This record gives sequence, C-alpha cells and structure tokens, in this order.
Amino acid sequence: MMQDAPLFPEQASTIASQIDNLFFFALGIAAFFSILIALLIVYLGVRYRRRHAAQTGEAPPHGSKAQTVLEITWSVIPFLILMVMFIWGVKIYFTAARPPADAIQFYVVGKQWMWKIQHPEGRREINEMHVPVGRPIKLLMTSEDVIHSFFVPAFRIKQDVLPGRYTTMWFQADKVGTYHLFCSQYCGAEHAKMGGWVVVMEPHEYQAWLAGEKSGQAEFMTGAELFAARACNTCHRPDTSARAPILTGLFGRQVGLQDGRRVAADEAYIRESIIEPQAKIVSGYQPIMPTFKGQLTEEDVIELINYIKGLKAPEGVAR
Amino acid sequence: MSEHAHKTPFIRKYIFSTDHKVIGIQFLMMSLFFMIIGGLLAMMVRWQLGFPEKAMPLGTLFPDKLMPEGHMGPEFYNAVFTMHASIMIFLVIIPILAGAFGNFLVPLMIGARDMAYPKLNMLSFWVAVPGGLLMASSFFTDTGAAATGWTAYPPLSAVADYTGVTAGQSMWIGAVLIVGTASIMGAVNYITTIINMRAPGMHLFRMPLTIWALFITAILQLLATPVLASVMGMLLFDRTLGTHFFAPVGGGQVLMFQHMFWFYSHPAVYIMILPAMGFVSDILATFSRKPIFGYKAMAFSIMGIAGLGFIVWGHHMFQSGMNPLLGTTFMASTMVIAVPSAIKTFNWLGTIWRGSIRFTPAMLNALAFVSTFIVGGLSGIFMASTPVDMFIHDTYFIVAHIHYVLFGGSLFGVFAAINYWYPKMFGRMMNEAVNTVHFILTFIFFNLTFFPMHMLGMAGHMRRIADPTAYDFLKPLQPLNEFITINALILGAVQVLFAGNFIISLFAGKKAERNPWHANSLEWVAPSPPPHGNFETIPTVYHGPYEFSVPGVVEDYLPQDRPAPGGAPSHTPSLSTARA
Ligand code: HEC
Ligand code: HEM
Ligand SMILES: [Cu+2]
Ligand SMILES: [Cu+2]
Repeated sequence: MMQDAPLFPEQASTIASQIDNLFFFALGIAAFFSILIALLIVYLGVRYRRRHAAQTGEAPPHGSKAQTVLEITWSVIPFLILMVMFIWGVKIYFTAARPPADAIQFYVVGKQWMWKIQHPEGRREINEMHVPVGRPIKLLMTSEDVIHSFFVPAFRIKQDVLPGRYTTMWFQADKVGTYHLFCSQYCGAEHAKMGGWVVVMEPHEYQAWLAGEKSGQAEFMTGAELFAARACNTCHRPDTSARAPILTGLFGRQVGLQDGRRVAADEAYIRESIIEPQAKIVSGYQPIMPTFKGQLTEEDVIELINYIKGLKAPEGVAR
Repeated sequence: MSEHAHKTPFIRKYIFSTDHKVIGIQFLMMSLFFMIIGGLLAMMVRWQLGFPEKAMPLGTLFPDKLMPEGHMGPEFYNAVFTMHASIMIFLVIIPILAGAFGNFLVPLMIGARDMAYPKLNMLSFWVAVPGGLLMASSFFTDTGAAATGWTAYPPLSAVADYTGVTAGQSMWIGAVLIVGTASIMGAVNYITTIINMRAPGMHLFRMPLTIWALFITAILQLLATPVLASVMGMLLFDRTLGTHFFAPVGGGQVLMFQHMFWFYSHPAVYIMILPAMGFVSDILATFSRKPIFGYKAMAFSIMGIAGLGFIVWGHHMFQSGMNPLLGTTFMASTMVIAVPSAIKTFNWLGTIWRGSIRFTPAMLNALAFVSTFIVGGLSGIFMASTPVDMFIHDTYFIVAHIHYVLFGGSLFGVFAAINYWYPKMFGRMMNEAVNTVHFILTFIFFNLTFFPMHMLGMAGHMRRIADPTAYDFLKPLQPLNEFITINALILGAVQVLFAGNFIISLFAGKKAERNPWHANSLEWVAPSPPPHGNFETIPTVYHGPYEFSVPGVVEDYLPQDRPAPGGAPSHTPSLSTARA
C-alpha cells in the first residue's frame, strides 16, 4: 500500500546529500542504542526474573571497581560519539549558513497564506519559484504579517521568515525538476494550504522563461517608479547632497552615522532607513526623512532596495 | 491526630484541606480529569489527520459552526490541536508529577508530618483549578479557543486578526499565568519542606531519588516559571493594552518572545520528566530487590540535567534566524545534555542486572519508561545537529520525539507511579491482572501510534497541518496516517481499562498493608492510607533507601527507619556512610 510513498524525499540540492549522510549516521547510532537497550532489558528481565519467593538480588560488592569502570565507560562513549556528531554538524551548518559570493539574490515575502517571489530582474511570482539549475541562489526573506517558514524538502532547507526583519538562506539545486515548497511554521487557519512549487530549469530555459510573456502578472510599480511616486527623489537627488545623501553607490558601502558608528549599507540597513529613518541618522544630515512605515508593502520596500542597489556610480567617477 | 481528623467537617477534610495528601490526591484527580479531555482532543486530531474527508463519528453533536456535518474545518482543527497540547502540558503532566506526586510524596518520604506551608499548598491547588477551567472554557467563547499552537508565537498570538480568535486566546494566556502562579507556590513549598523538615538522620544523600528529582524540579520551577509569567504578561499587554513588545510595527522584537518562551519551556520539559525519572529509579530498585546502581551518579545527573537545561533553549530556534555562532553553542550544550541522560539509562540497566525481578504492573511501566525514553533521547540528538534539524524541524519527527519523551517517558512514569503508590494513597490494591493487560496493550499501541511518526517526519511531513491530503507530496503517506489514527484510537480506548480499575479499586480493591512491596523508604512506614500527620511517631533514619538484599539481614529489604543489625556486612555506600 505504500509502494509509491517517498519515505525519504529525493535529493535535489548540493547540501541535501551532506545532510542526509549525517542523518543516516545519527540513525545508525540511534538504532544501535535503542535496540541494544531494548534487548538488554529483555535479556536482563528474563535472566534475572524472580524464580522463587525467597530469591534475593545479588548486589555487586561494596565499592566495586567494576562499577566505577562501567560508569566511566558509559559516560565517555556517548560523549565521544556526540562530539563526532557535533564537529560534523558544525561543518555542514556553516556551509549552509554562508551563501557563496556569486549567489543570485531572490526575494521572498511570506503573507497569510501565500509566498511571493521576486526575481532580481524584477519578475514576480506567487507560490512558484523558477530557478536555474547549478547556480547558487540566495533568498532574502521577510513577512508581511506573522512568522512563516520556507521549506523545500527536496533541498533539505528550512528557514523562518519573520516580520520586521530579513532572514536569508541559500541553496543550489542540482537536478532539474519541480519540487514542493511548504510553509512549515504554523501561521493560522490556512497554514496547511500555504505552499507551492520550486521549478528548477536549465539556465537557458530559465532565461527564456524570464524573457517570456508575463501573463497573469499583476500590475505593480517598479522601484524606479516608486522612487518617483513616493517623492524620494525630491530629497535624494543624483546631483546634489544638499538635503539628503546621494544614494548612488550606497549599497555595500560603509556609512558613517551621526553617533560615530559605521555600519555596512546592506538590505537590512536600507530597509530600516525607509521604515525607521530615525533609527540611524547619517552623519552630517538632519533627521528630516519621514517614515514610510505602514505606507509601503514589504514588496514595495524590496523594489526600492533593488532599485537603490542598481544605482552604481559610473566607472571612474569619484564620489 | 486521627481522632482529630474525624471531627473535621467534610468540606475542610476533602475540599479546602491543608493536608498534603488530600491536596496531592486533589491534584491527581484534576490532572486525570484533564487527561481525559486532552485525550479526547487527541482522538479528534487523529481522526482529522487520518480521515480528513470522512465525517467524524459523533461529530454532528458539535455545533454546526465548528463541525459542519461532522467535518472539522481548519479553524476548529487548529484550536483542537492547540488545546490538546496546552492541556496535556500545563494541566496534566506538570500538575500530576509535581502537584499530585510532589504533594503526596514529599512529606511522607522525608518523614515529615506535612508541608512547610500547608495553607499555601491548599491555595496552590485552588488557584490551579480556576486556571484550568478558564483554559478549557475558552472553547465556549464566540470565536473559539486559542489556535496558535501551545507555543503561541507572536505576531500570530498577539494580534487577534491573524487567527480570528479574540477572547479565547486571552483566556489561554490568563490560564497559563494562573497555573504558572500555582506551580510557583508549590515549588516554594517543596523546596522549603525538603530543606527544613527532613526526619532525623535523613541526610541529603539518604533521600530517595524521587525526592531528589522533585527537589530539583521545584528549583527549576521556581527559577523558570517567572520568565513564563513575564512573557505571557507582555503578550497579554500586546493583545489588550496596545503595547508592542513583540510587534514589529511598534519596534518590537518577535524573536524576543521565543527566547523567553523557550528559556522557560526547555527547563519545563525537564520539569515534565525528572520526577518520572525519580519514580522509575525507586520502582526499579524495589522490584529488582537491589540497590540503585550508582546512587550518587544518579543524583548528580539530575542536577547536571537541570543545570544544563538552562543553556540549551536555543535548540528550539535554530531556524528562527539566529547567528550560526550562537546556534553552534546551543548545539554543543544540547549534545552535552544527552550525556547525563545516557548515564541514567545505563544505571537503570545496572540496577536490574543481577536482581530478582518481579514483574508487577509498576515494574513493567518503569521498564517501558527506560526503553521508550531512550528512543526520545536519541531522536533529540538528530534535532540537536543543526543541519539535520534544518530538515526535520517542524515536521512529524518532532511530534514523534515529543511523544516518546512525554508519553513514553513521563506518562509511563505516571502509570508506574500510580500502580506503585495507589495502595498508599487509597489504602487499597489495584487489580494487577487488569493493569498488566492495560500495560501490554498501551505499550504496543503507543509504539504503533508514535513510531511511524518518525517516518512521516523523515518524509518531510510538516506538523500542525489540518489536512495532509492538501499536497500531492503527502498523499502517498496517507495510508501511514490512517494506520497511525487507527492505532491511536485503540490506544485511547485501552485507557478505559486503567480508568475502570482505578475507580473500582477505590471501593472494591483488596485492603493494602503498610508495605505491600517491601520497600524501604519512609512512606511505607506509615499506615495505608496515612492519617492526618502521617506517622505515629516521626521515624529516625539510619541509612539510604536502597538497602535491598543486604547480606546478613533476614528479609531482603531494610527500611530506612530500621538500623542494620550489628555486624551485617554492608554493600552500598549509603549504608556504610550511615555507620561511619
Ligand atoms: C524629506 C526628505 C526625504 C525624503 C522624502 C526621503 N528621504 Fe531618505 N533620507 C533623507 C535624509 C535627510 C537622510 C539622511 C539622514 C537619515 O539617515 O535619516 C536620508 C537617508 C536615507 C537613506 C540612507 C542613506 C545613506 O547614505 O545611508 C536611504 C536608503 C533613504 N534615505 C532612502 C529613501 C527612500 C527610498 C525614500 C522614498 C521612499 C526617501 N529616502 C525619502 C531625506 C529624505
Ligand atoms: C537527550 C535529551 C534531549 C535532547 C537532546 C532534546 C532535543 C530537542 C531539540 C533539539 C528540540 C527542538 C527540535 C525542533 O523543534 O526542531 C526538542 C524539542 C522538544 N523536546 Fe526535546 N530533547 C531531549 C529530551 C526531551 C525531554 C526529556 C522532553 C520532555 C520530557 C523533551 C520535550 C521536547 C518537546 C515538548 C519539544 C518540542 C517543542 C515544540 O516545538 O513544540 N525533550 N528537543
Ligand atoms: Cu505557515
Ligand atoms: Cu528543548
């Protein structure tokens, strides 16, 4: 009855087999010890069952050395096995936590009860994510409402998606195919239905898909349009920093703050500058930027970030 | 003492009693009552997961709003699984271990006449009851009971719109605050009583492991529960007063809730297992007629588990977006906490080794505890490895783990303890044959119910979903879900044996002697059931509680209040300390 039940999902990412190896190592250890202990209980139970009413137990002689030796053995052996698992685990954990520098960045916004995906080129999808095979993909994720969790069993990856914060995760799909995408953090009434598909394509097919018709795409404003529509450009101008800092070349730079700190201008910083402008004031400016909290959706903010990231200083022009 | 008790009016004797034994039994009855409710909720959860498209038997008895034509909608399902877990944790396992057995056993086993603060003790019960009723009654509010999972993560729990539950969620928070307060009152009492009121000669290292476990548990409760109370208070303010502790719109931090919640709830999982470990240690020794193997190692490993228990909470949050360096430290501490658990397991085996084992129902349940707890502990190691946890977090693997430790561990411990101490509590014996059958069936159907959940988890089946057939990916697993449901229903039905035996034995059980199991600890010195004040005279303690099969002693046990006959060669450290 269970023939076609996948008792273990297929491995479709570079990290999947590494995680599975550790999993099966743990499974081996667990099976060994649970069977050992179950058998010991049965054996000892049968061997030392009371056969007649007058039978007493035989305790090991007082202060027996054997007892100390035994106790040390069964503390040290589990400890050593656990340390092997620890070191092994740390290695994979750090690989999983550090996206390669050349990863393509996608954006994910979770919302009761759907996943919204934005491609770096501006293409948007809902509950579907098309990605090229063999390329590291980094996801920068946030939520509009409650906590969700982005889970693709075939990739063995899972990361919570939090409101008010960006979390990241990366993977490299190594097999063309269509894989289930779930929300694995309980998020309200229709949590069970929050999911979709990750479609892994050959790179050229992916390019063709990107270029293809955008039917079914809801209308939305791009970052450049928002920048003008929200009047960001009245203060942030490309030619003068009189009222507000020039944003060209901002992304990835170190920014000096009024209180003397220096922070890296990453996505989280830019998001905070828009939503919570008073939190970090750029040195030399007045805190006049209005907050856009509640006026922009997380998707809009991502569009703006993407737009600002694209504002690169032309080659050779010093700022 | 006892004539005095006769004159006490019914209400002072059985309802607003300050006698620790009555309060213990009251907690026992309350927890068993909620266990029935929690169990029925579990059956409903399983029905929905096994047969989402079939109407639930008797489902039409529910109001149409909750179960149109006997079908559970996702909103109601979510409330049901949330309340199942909340009731089982806050109103069953914690109160039955600490409240029922803690109260009943602490004074008796240390040789005291009552708790240090009998009035506070009574208050603790009468605070817990309205807390429990508040939680359960939230089902009857307009928008239903809490539906955020027992972990109640904000913003889901902080903003009513996200779940549609208004009053129910706030009542849930209030109830957790109230039962938390009750358990702090209990903890203060146990700690004071154990420190100050031990019978003469009852050194710390002559205390039964049950008392050690209850003592350390009380310390955990005292230190951790206030954190739960504050986090629930903040959540309540967010819901009702418009504060933004956990709301990002107001600059709040959603993760702060999780840190505080698990700072309580990880120690809380030890609150839910340490007492059972204590009971099992005593029961294994008694029915093997052997001293516990490595008494001091056992006591120290309880302390070790409790101490380490405060620095592992982050293992519930590996996927929440924590810095990998922090994650690594939580991974290390979690791995280390498995070591004292391993020590305990092997010491239990060492205890039955070369014993003279009597397979009473109490003993059978205690042995089941050892074999299932180890499975739960070992599955914990999978989840402690962060990369593996990345895959299995929030899947049925976690559900399997929880149930192997809480049902396989705590609840088998409770069954063992009820079987063992029932004669002392009620002065009558339970029917052993019925309880043996109950044990065998429970053990079999427990494993058939929960073991396959590991497989579901490995297959990527998420937890807390109302309809597993919503995904193509999970459809092939549906036969396994049905299999689990059928076994779960049988497991539930089998409990009728125990309940029936429990009730009938109250009236028709064979009268119990003082010491039916020939055990050594002090509760067996008192009459069954002990009168108000417990002991005719306060016993003097001469040695530890595990003097079984001492060479040179005629019987195969030597109660703590009986000195070793001169010259009898001793074989356990506790006995030799006593003589030194
Ligand atoms: C009223 C003028 C004003 C408007 C309108 C305005 N800003 Fe600003 N912005 C400022 C000023 C002044 C600063 C520097 C002081 C500070 O950090 O708040 C700034 C800082 C920033 C920074 C950080 C720059 C750095 O160098 O670190 C970003 C990013 C930014 N704004 C983006 C935006 C976006 C996007 C919008 C439109 C949605 C916007 N701003 C609208 C005045 C404005
Ligand atoms: C060797 C001992 C143990 C280890 C290493 C361990 C490890 C873990 C880990 C890492 C998690 C988080 C998994 C996740 O959510 O991804 C977890 C969850 C849990 N553990 Fe354990 N555990 C152990 C023993 C226990 C015991 C003794 C209990 C209770 C009596 C317990 C009860 C729970 C519960 C209730 C959860 C789930 C909480 C939830 O998310 O709802 N564990 N355990
Ligand atoms: Cu969800
Ligand atoms: Cu934990």
